[in-house]
Amino acid sequence: MRAAAALLLTLLLSLGVAACGDDDEGTTAGEEGGAGAIVSNPENGDVTLTVGSKNFTEQIVLGEVYAQALEAAGYEVKKRLNLGSETVAREAVKSGQISGYPEYASTALTSFFEVDPEKVPADATEAYEEAKADFEEEGLTAFPPTPFASANAVGTLKKTAEERDLETVSDLEGQSQEMTLYGSPECRQRIDCLAGLEQYYDLKFKKFVPVDIGLRYTVLDNNQADLSILFTTDAQLAAEEDKYVILEDDKEVFPAGNVIWVTTPEVVEEAGPDYEATITQVQEGLTLKVMQELDARVELEKEPAAEVAAEYLESAGYTG
Amino acid sequence: MSAAAAALPLAAAGEVGEGFFRERSADTRPCQATDALFCFGWARDNIGEYVTPAIEHVELVAISVVVGFAIAFALSLLAHRNAWLRPPLLGATGVLYTIPSIAFFFLLLPITGFGRDSAVIALSAYTLQIIYRNTMTGLANVSPSVKDAARGMGLTERQILWRVELPLATPEIVAGLRIATVSTVALATLAFFIGAGGLGEPIYEFITFKTNIIIAGGLAMAIAVAFDAILLLAQRRATPWRRAAAQ
Amino acid sequence: MAEGGGAVSAALALAAPPLASFQGAVEFIFTPQSSSVTGGKTVGGLEQVVELTLTQLEVTFLALALALAVALPIGLYLGHRGTGELLAVGLGNAGRAIPELALIAFMAAAIGVGLLNVTIALAILGIPPILTNAFVGVRQVDRASVDAARGMGMSELEVLRKVELPLAVPTLMTGVRGATINIVATATIAPLAGVLTLGDFIINRNVYGDDGVLAGAILVALLALALELSLAGLQRALTSKGLKVSIA
Repeated sequence: MRAAAALLLTLLLSLGVAACGDDDEGTTAGEEGGAGAIVSNPENGDVTLTVGSKNFTEQIVLGEVYAQALEAAGYEVKKRLNLGSETVAREAVKSGQISGYPEYASTALTSFFEVDPEKVPADATEAYEEAKADFEEEGLTAFPPTPFASANAVGTLKKTAEERDLETVSDLEGQSQEMTLYGSPECRQRIDCLAGLEQYYDLKFKKFVPVDIGLRYTVLDNNQADLSILFTTDAQLAAEEDKYVILEDDKEVFPAGNVIWVTTPEVVEEAGPDYEATITQVQEGLTLKVMQELDARVELEKEPAAEVAAEYLESAGYTG
Repeated sequence: MSAAAAALPLAAAGEVGEGFFRERSADTRPCQATDALFCFGWARDNIGEYVTPAIEHVELVAISVVVGFAIAFALSLLAHRNAWLRPPLLGATGVLYTIPSIAFFFLLLPITGFGRDSAVIALSAYTLQIIYRNTMTGLANVSPSVKDAARGMGLTERQILWRVELPLATPEIVAGLRIATVSTVALATLAFFIGAGGLGEPIYEFITFKTNIIIAGGLAMAIAVAFDAILLLAQRRATPWRRAAAQ
Repeated sequence: MAEGGGAVSAALALAAPPLASFQGAVEFIFTPQSSSVTGGKTVGGLEQVVELTLTQLEVTFLALALALAVALPIGLYLGHRGTGELLAVGLGNAGRAIPELALIAFMAAAIGVGLLNVTIALAILGIPPILTNAFVGVRQVDRASVDAARGMGMSELEVLRKVELPLAVPTLMTGVRGATINIVATATIAPLAGVLTLGDFIINRNVYGDDGVLAGAILVALLALALELSLAGLQRALTSKGLKVSIA
């Protein structure tokens, strides 16, 4: 019964595939095995690393980038991407379900360590040092940050912003009580989200509706949300400048964060020096522009995150 | 790919070349970056991504229905012999049927944990009542005169059950199995919540992308239809006398 | 003796994590608390439980009402006329194959999130079983009773209302119960489309932690069982007395 169903399905799928040619475009380029290439070390083959990530596009792309880099370095790699929010991911590292995951230094400081948003260092290295020290207190550790930083942002349609004369988040004062805000479920308790808007901007909204992060532009498009929590690295912002705007975070409640790799000293010990070296090496090319490009390929062009990550590794000369 | 590499200036390690960045404007946007209902080009290029979830889905349903059938069938035989078991069994399977699968998954989480086990237990528990009920109805519908005739021919009660009653009840039993299977295919789209994979996973991954939802949802429905057809064919082959009677 | 005690305590140790989990879930239902994942904000507690339960009931009843409004007239009419069997029965079979998650996700993506859209999506799940059972219920009414009613001078509408409908109630109610179970179950994933039902506890472990997830599962299960029991009671009350005697 199972075999027959599988057969039928395969048949169905192959028909779909056979109906057309392969029109992959060769969009990537890079040197093969250049100076920056990740070198596979056979000694790493005995070590299994489980790469985790949170539950949205950028995180899944990052998870793939790190997983493929570690694989290139010779490690046995498993993936547990799309875990959930930061709290779920942190628990997963602590319990050993995953070896590590990418976290924004700002999120770590504000969500985990209750640092006031205005006290989050603007300098990437300082923020990293502070987060690392805090992580170490709870038995975790972190590797140095990526070049790019991302932050939550309050976004709206350009026409809403024009109608209501909105440029900054503070401009919402007096208007927010008649506006509906959409954000991820955990937004309710995050300082760089609803909790911060209430606490630092003193804003009250007509309604806050928690929805899946993937719906953050859909709810604006359908005129259901007046305001929606977006990410500054979102591809949609660059691709549709005439449609969406971000309100300036004038009270600096939504600090930008560079990504740091959160792991445990035990894993570092077991995996050896290539672990940190590979992570920091592969993220060197992750500038804001590159990260936006990678996000766009998944979010807009709906390419599989694994492929997009592989294209990055190859184009940047990390893999042959 | 190497041809393209030669044409572009070599980038420093860790830097992607300028050619890496795509032009994006309203006119050059591919279908999948728009609000379109269905993007055939994307579907064609990405259908391969659905093979593993679809196979997982088929496996999950097959295992759950087989387990559910084994238990429900055994319960039916017990209840067939012991009438006093019928009300409690109907009640118990009814409760299992009524508990929404997604709640059932997470009720099992502290006991059987994250993964396929919890999904199989919840889904097979859901099928019990449907299969049990139909089997009991099928057995009850066998006319007493047929059983008397069998007794007259010297068959033991056990032989009557296996050679007369169950074959005659087969259409009802398969009807129950078909309903249970088709419903389980639909419910199994929720199994990814408990980490059991299946077609719910791709649906959830691009939850705003209609093409994706249509492909994954369509595959689930196709799997349901395929299972249904297979069961119907199997029943026709197992009960040739019904065809003879029809002719 | 010592061996027996060892076995008991081993069994207890094995059962301890589940027991502790269920205890945590029960606490979550009654008292607001800050679980390990909430970063200071308290969640859960009776007030929130009641609010989410009411929303789940609201969206369930709205969807059920919509499904009844669409399916009942069509099913009764087709059954009375004795036509459209293929449509009525085929729809019932096809309805079972609709994947709940895909339906909710598609509605959210195509027309947006919110109560109205979720109601429509859930009603789509409720229509097939009600329509099929209304059809079958009317169809199986003894033709002799129908002819007798016509002979007594009843209009077609009266025949349907006074003879066919009462006799079809048991079958029809079976369809309504099936529809309700499926609707209330699927309403659990409504938070994916912006409607906060008890499923919020289950789906958003991010916010509520493991206690919340388990509490949500318990509450959803209890809600579905309570609905099913009330409908079974309603079915018994609606079944005409003569019919009950004849069944007994």
